[in-house]
Amino acid sequence: MKLTVNGKTVTYDGDPAEPLLWMLRDTLGLTGSKYGCGIGSCGACTVHVNGAAQRACVTPMSAVDGRDITTIEGLSADVSHPVQRAWLDEDVPQCGYCQAGQVMAIASLLEQVPEPSDDDIDRLHGNLCRCGTYYRIRKAIHRAARYRREEA
Amino acid sequence: MAALENTRLSRRGFIRVTLTASGGLMIGPALPGALAARTGGDLNVFATIEPDGRTIIGVSQPDMGQGMYTTMSMLVAEEMDADWDRVSVRQLPLMLKRDEAGNMAWAHVPQGAGGSTSVINLYRPLREFGARARELLLRAAAARWNVPVESLTTGPGAVIHAASARRVAYAGLAAEAAALPPSDTTPALKSPRDFRLIGREVPPRKIREVVGGRTHYGIDTVMPGMRHAVIARCPYFSGGLKSFDDTAARRIAGVLDVVTMPGPEPGAPYSTMAAGVAVIAESTWAAIRGRDALEIAWDEGPHRDETTASLDAACQAALDEGNGEVVRDDGDLDAALAASAKTITRRYRLPYVHHATLEPQNCYADCREDRCTVIGPMQMPSSASRLVASLTGLDRLAIDIRMTRLGGGFGRRLTSDYAAEAVLVSKAAGVPVKVTWTREDDMAHDFLRPGGWHEFTAGLDEQGKPLAWRHRVASPSKYYRREDATLWQSEIYTDDPPAGLIDNLRYEYFDMQSGAWRGSWRAPAHTANAFTVQSFIDELAHAAGRDPLAYRLAMLGEPRDMPYSNHGGPVWNPGRLAEVLRVAARNADWGRELPAGEGLGIAGHFTFGGYVAWVAHVRVADGALRVLKLTGAVDCGLAVNPNGVRAQMEGGACDALSTALGEELSVEGGRHRETNFHQYRMMRIDQSPRDIEVHIVQGSDEPAGLGEPPVPPLAPAVTNAIFAATGQRIRHLPIGDQLA
Repeated sequence: MKLTVNGKTVTYDGDPAEPLLWMLRDTLGLTGSKYGCGIGSCGACTVHVNGAAQRACVTPMSAVDGRDITTIEGLSADVSHPVQRAWLDEDVPQCGYCQAGQVMAIASLLEQVPEPSDDDIDRLHGNLCRCGTYYRIRKAIHRAARYRREEA
Repeated sequence: MAALENTRLSRRGFIRVTLTASGGLMIGPALPGALAARTGGDLNVFATIEPDGRTIIGVSQPDMGQGMYTTMSMLVAEEMDADWDRVSVRQLPLMLKRDEAGNMAWAHVPQGAGGSTSVINLYRPLREFGARARELLLRAAAARWNVPVESLTTGPGAVIHAASARRVAYAGLAAEAAALPPSDTTPALKSPRDFRLIGREVPPRKIREVVGGRTHYGIDTVMPGMRHAVIARCPYFSGGLKSFDDTAARRIAGVLDVVTMPGPEPGAPYSTMAAGVAVIAESTWAAIRGRDALEIAWDEGPHRDETTASLDAACQAALDEGNGEVVRDDGDLDAALAASAKTITRRYRLPYVHHATLEPQNCYADCREDRCTVIGPMQMPSSASRLVASLTGLDRLAIDIRMTRLGGGFGRRLTSDYAAEAVLVSKAAGVPVKVTWTREDDMAHDFLRPGGWHEFTAGLDEQGKPLAWRHRVASPSKYYRREDATLWQSEIYTDDPPAGLIDNLRYEYFDMQSGAWRGSWRAPAHTANAFTVQSFIDELAHAAGRDPLAYRLAMLGEPRDMPYSNHGGPVWNPGRLAEVLRVAARNADWGRELPAGEGLGIAGHFTFGGYVAWVAHVRVADGALRVLKLTGAVDCGLAVNPNGVRAQMEGGACDALSTALGEELSVEGGRHRETNFHQYRMMRIDQSPRDIEVHIVQGSDEPAGLGEPPVPPLAPAVTNAIFAATGQRIRHLPIGDQLA
């Protein structure tokens, strides 16, 4: 099967049940997407599949034939995506392990809901942060929305 | 297997993938010296100046989210007078030496992260290394210009000769400075009033890599020839491996080998956590599939009847039936209770809680005849080194321990069992391996924060002032399977207030039996003791008809040093605790009228040298709790990195709130019941407070660590607020559905 990862074509003939996450990490060396739970609960593995956030740990390779995958490494070449800039400016990360997944989830969320309210955030964003950086994540989401607006 | 179509690759992409495929992931630090270049130079192990002018500061401590990469570099950069905008950071490996007496010793500074000690231990030594680097640069400039050293000063990143208006950037002097012999004496350190970085808001270091997905954690380690291993471990407390059949596992594509892994010696300190069978494969996925295909018969061990309910019942029965070991006994408790106008007795219950670091345990090891390399997320690299030496018989200087960034620690990685596993598997299989724990593996094996029951009895006088206080703790100890500790010492701290504040006081400990793995969980037993003590004080205040803040302040009294033999001693000052309570209360507008269903609660605690108070503002409506706002005050002495202090306060509060709301690891059939995050419920953003305000109070010129102090007082502030809002007293954690 063939798929596109960060703009490059990848061919795959391994186990169709292998989760996309392990293919990205072990085969392509794209370790920015993290393993946290393997059941689609924590969101540390969040990537974009055809532009929408998806949990790579529960996405089998058989489901991504012909799809276009973007990982955190492909979101921007220089950490310049509005969500990444907001994350830097609010100094969100502590241990940082969940943050690539948080950024990918919010980049996708803002495509759907460009100006999320706090209630929207509570309803639509479920990624786990074990260090409890939620207060800064929330501020960074609002800031990212502002950066996107200013760029538009 | 996947292959990249080279024709479609951009040059940039090709280079990146090639680097990755060759294992060149820049794992671990380059050793000092490797970075020295033509015009740059290593001034010492902590300070290297690159030819392009960047100052690279080595960080000896592991970073697990507590901000070491920024805070530790600030200490070196401050005294070095480095230009912070040009400072970058690298992780140093474990650095040991053999001293003149032949004993192992730190080569430069103590290394490791635990007990909120990094800032306390390294505040002076790291500044001295910075000052020594600066002194070399001054001497190099003096030699070049042929002027006395005393006539020179420094500005950020440059030496200045004011008399001749000459200035030279550090980068231009680095090679000459690095060639000079180090001075015999330590240069004078800056006066705090001259600090340019310490105590200031500075941009953090090493977060661009995190936000760009380019940071390497232990689990991301790739090394040449590395294989992947996943282990089936015995899930039963003190159980073992009876037999296994690996026929099906070996048939899985990509599976290379299957080896057994020994468990710890019964009753001895842990090497590994449990016996197991390791599957070694070409990829993580193949190793997981191979592991899942193993057929194993476990020895269920001596604790297979243990449940959460059985431990709860045993703790209550112990409190019902007799007296515990008296570990502190001041005045005459019984006479004071008999003479009291009113006595009040309450019991509180705490659950076992899990560390659940988001990066599961993992470690890489390459164990050879004459040397061993270990790469992983370690809080205590030196204990890993000792453990690896005991397992391999290697000299400790032949063991290379490299710390990666940690995807959370919280005390879990104080124990180095996962490093021991990697070494044992590498040794048995004869290949370099990375052992990865799945979430289910991690959930099934953790050194839990002990749960237990606390009973308090207080005797009050006519005005409601406490005259007598008894605190009885029935809890398994985390100091089990140790050679050098007394069981009660890990569960009750005898100098904790109100010791010394109430004349007639007794602390008792009941050693409860449990098979569960126990260990240190962020702020260890302070989480239990602050919850129970601060809840009970609140109950006394309400029973006395007094304001909970005023009641606390009256108990604490005037500022004075009191002896403190536990974490953060040797003294503590009730006046500093009173001050953070006052600051938090004032900023939360304590005492104001609130709508029905809302309430404010307050709690404060001292530990690890830091004083923290929280005021929680909650709303309870239709059985649903919402924490609307947290207002905190912290006195950690000199706040080296104020932004980092606020981050630890905010994150510590959310960690503690998550734990109070829903976290409990329950025991069933002598093993952990919860298997993953769908059962072990941690807080998401929808339950987190939308507003957290932090006030920094500087009660001392010396810094204290802050990884742990924010956590203990948060839960009682919330449950005290729930009482204020509803009249319902939460005495059992987690809060769970008790409000429904």
